Amino acid sequence: MSKHHISLTVNGDPTEFLCETEQTLLDVLRDELGLTGSKEGCGSGDCGACSVRVDGRLVCACLVLGAELNGAAVETIEGVAKAGVLHPLQQVFLNEAALQCGICTPGIIVAAKALLEENADPSEEEIRFWLAGNLCRCTGYDKIVRAVQKAAAVMRSA
Amino acid sequence: MGNEGKQQFKWVGTRPVRPDGVDKVTGQANYGADFTLPGMLAGRVLRSPHAHARIKSIDASRALALPGVRAVITAADFPELPSEVVAGGESPVNYRHISENVIARHKALYEGQSVAAVAAISASIAEAALALITVDYEVLPHVIDVRAAMRPDAPILHEDMITSGVEPKPTKASNIAARTEFNMGDVEQGFKDSDVVIEREYTTQPVHQGYIEPHAAIASMAADGMTTIWCSSQGQFMIREFCAKLLHLEDAQLRVIPAEIGGGFGGKTTVYLEPLAVALSRKTGKPVKLVMSRDEVFRASGPTSGAHMTVKIGAKRDGTLVAGSLELAYQAGAFPGSPAVPGCMTAFAPYDMANAKAVGYDVVSNRAKCAAYRAPGAPISSFAVESALDELAIELGMDPLALRLKNAAKEGTRALYGPKFPIIGFVETLEAAKAHPHYSAPLKANQGRGVASGFWFNIGGQSTAAIHINEDGTAEVVTGSPDIGGSRASMAMMAAEVLGIDLAKVKPLVGDTASIGYTFLTGGSRVTFATGKAVCEAANDIVEQLRARAAKLWKCGIEDVIWKDGVAYPAQGQTDARTQLSLAEIAASAARTGGPITGKAALNVGGAGAAFGTHICDVEVDPETGRTSVVRYTVVQDVGRAIHPSYVEGQMQGGAVQGIGWALNEEYVYSEQGQMQNAGFLDYRMPVASDLPMIDTVIVEVPNPTHPFGVRGVGEVPIVPPLAAVANAVARASGVRVNDLPISPPRLLSALQKAKA
Repeated sequence: MSKHHISLTVNGDPTEFLCETEQTLLDVLRDELGLTGSKEGCGSGDCGACSVRVDGRLVCACLVLGAELNGAAVETIEGVAKAGVLHPLQQVFLNEAALQCGICTPGIIVAAKALLEENADPSEEEIRFWLAGNLCRCTGYDKIVRAVQKAAAVMRSA
Repeated sequence: MGNEGKQQFKWVGTRPVRPDGVDKVTGQANYGADFTLPGMLAGRVLRSPHAHARIKSIDASRALALPGVRAVITAADFPELPSEVVAGGESPVNYRHISENVIARHKALYEGQSVAAVAAISASIAEAALALITVDYEVLPHVIDVRAAMRPDAPILHEDMITSGVEPKPTKASNIAARTEFNMGDVEQGFKDSDVVIEREYTTQPVHQGYIEPHAAIASMAADGMTTIWCSSQGQFMIREFCAKLLHLEDAQLRVIPAEIGGGFGGKTTVYLEPLAVALSRKTGKPVKLVMSRDEVFRASGPTSGAHMTVKIGAKRDGTLVAGSLELAYQAGAFPGSPAVPGCMTAFAPYDMANAKAVGYDVVSNRAKCAAYRAPGAPISSFAVESALDELAIELGMDPLALRLKNAAKEGTRALYGPKFPIIGFVETLEAAKAHPHYSAPLKANQGRGVASGFWFNIGGQSTAAIHINEDGTAEVVTGSPDIGGSRASMAMMAAEVLGIDLAKVKPLVGDTASIGYTFLTGGSRVTFATGKAVCEAANDIVEQLRARAAKLWKCGIEDVIWKDGVAYPAQGQTDARTQLSLAEIAASAARTGGPITGKAALNVGGAGAAFGTHICDVEVDPETGRTSVVRYTVVQDVGRAIHPSYVEGQMQGGAVQGIGWALNEEYVYSEQGQMQNAGFLDYRMPVASDLPMIDTVIVEVPNPTHPFGVRGVGEVPIVPPLAAVANAVARASGVRVNDLPISPPRLLSALQKAKA
């Protein structure tokens, strides 16, 4: 069967790809576009390691088909730092040691960025519920939650 | 809480940004599945749908006829190895078992065991090919539960398995691979001399390590047999060793390049995909990539044992422990090798007890072969002992920390497993827990507070480190230890401390098997201790060379050169015309003083520092639903020395939360046919952010005298106490004690209803 030809933007850049019907956005990002920052932890939308934005909406890239994305605007972890300058969330995650193995980190940063754009001053509980779809097995979440709080403060004072 | 207040060092004990951090927050870091090679083929694994079945034949002809399929492999593509236990990996291994676990030969012993693998030009073709492989199975009766597997009439997994450690030697095969016993004093007399004896049975379920990164490997074998493997593991040298043994290759034919590792917790201390990828590459002449799905990770890798345990503890009325006995039956999965022995060795280790006995059984059943999981075996047996101690404290009317303090092991205490402890910091953790505001904070209705302690040996072993001084005076620190949670930061910090230079000038690197000497895997909480010691010695080697270079430039003896804060100074009274020389200046003149400056250390490190932790847990139980919420949690642990306190705290927090999941949620659910029913993150419920409070930490530092900075190791101890800390808190909150994990809402609700009735 012939492949689908899709035109969209990825992190602001006009992009085209060919994909099979069953390829997910995550497969397309990783295997067709070479953007391996989004990780596959489960392929079933349970771990959040592939969190990306599609037209601003936070989704698991493994639950979206590549063929659905004609005309969409996709944002991934690769687009979070601008021109080599880290986003405050990225800098604070480093400063606060909010990662260990780092496999969940791209998804958590994409998800937390979406939260802070919606709510500039989230409570601990709001952060915990927002990130409940992003599994981390290393940290116990303590330093992640604190880093998001701290990044929110940095962004509010910017 | 770190050691910032008592700053003795320039870098050790500080909290710099980790050197590999930027790549990880920007998505640039390359994990196992992130590599792509030109001409690469996609591999897929065919797995047994049966829990126990004889493989009568495998017909791959239809799969091979599918356009785009390049190869199908089965056990016939691997040499059949003799069954013998040899040193290797983290504990003794039987390569025949590892080989059969990688690809089933005569029988499939659990649902999910690999029986064949395919390489094709695309993932979708490889997937389609799996359905075209015909396996003729003769389905056999199976057994899942550990006690059922021990029964004389149980279906037998290995027809040649005779229980070891039993006299006289049994004549009939069974599922009990081994019996091990430890003894100290006279337990029976001890129980007679006791005023109070508590005897209970406990069970725990197998739990998966739950690393978020599934196993992944790429292998490329050239026509001359030279092979490169890119994969994420806890030890590139372990991957090399196991692949060489399973495929009859020489070590020098294999080069293993470690990818970033997305969590392991012990689960990546063995091979699953790597030998298959090598065999597929050998057959196709192309690089082959294999990546597990989450479903495959659950069905075919890990977990740690589930167990059935009996504990008996006797004490005097004043709380003095007199005797303890422990009988453990640990599930090994389909092949022997459960951590029953460390389970026996660790549970009583925190206590000074004259009479103790522990018996462990290693039992196979039709489920995925166990792999190491963080302090293998210890959390399970500690759950039993620490729960029984809590009941003893209640029976005696004693504070549970006071009971532990009264009996705490100290320097000179003999442990059941043999040695007398050197300097240890268990008492310090108990005192810190007692003094913590958490321990005296008021509790609300339906809340309860549990405490528990735990022990782990920590290990040393072989490590190599090399330090190269660059032409501008910056330094590369190369080790063979995969960095699983921030170890590159601590390696760089220790090197900077010894060299006396700015941390920013030191760049740590994890070398591949061809570029650094043999290094035992990342496990046993050994890296900061053992590889760290190698880094310190390599840095000392560099310092000696720098002093010699300065002496050469100054035309004096090396004894006339002092190295301080990264600078060579003339010794006192030797000040005449010489000025100081910085490392950068000495590096710039290296060509004139003897060539490149490279230091190394290759060690087999002994003197690992045993470590203890004490946890305080508050839970709130919902009597309507049986749901338990952890509302406050504090981890106290002696780490010897925290090199980077933030990552030490991170280990303590992460270990505690894995233990909370083990206590409250995690378990494998099997169908009657022995098939796993919850092989995904939705149904295998690991803790998520909204399940948890902040996890407070108290770092206790009783330095290990055998390490240059006093490191003991940190990663494993924190998963030992939580199971009992949670269970003890639930018992005190609800008045109902549940001795079977997990204490899931339905289980607790039914216990509450039973207690009411």
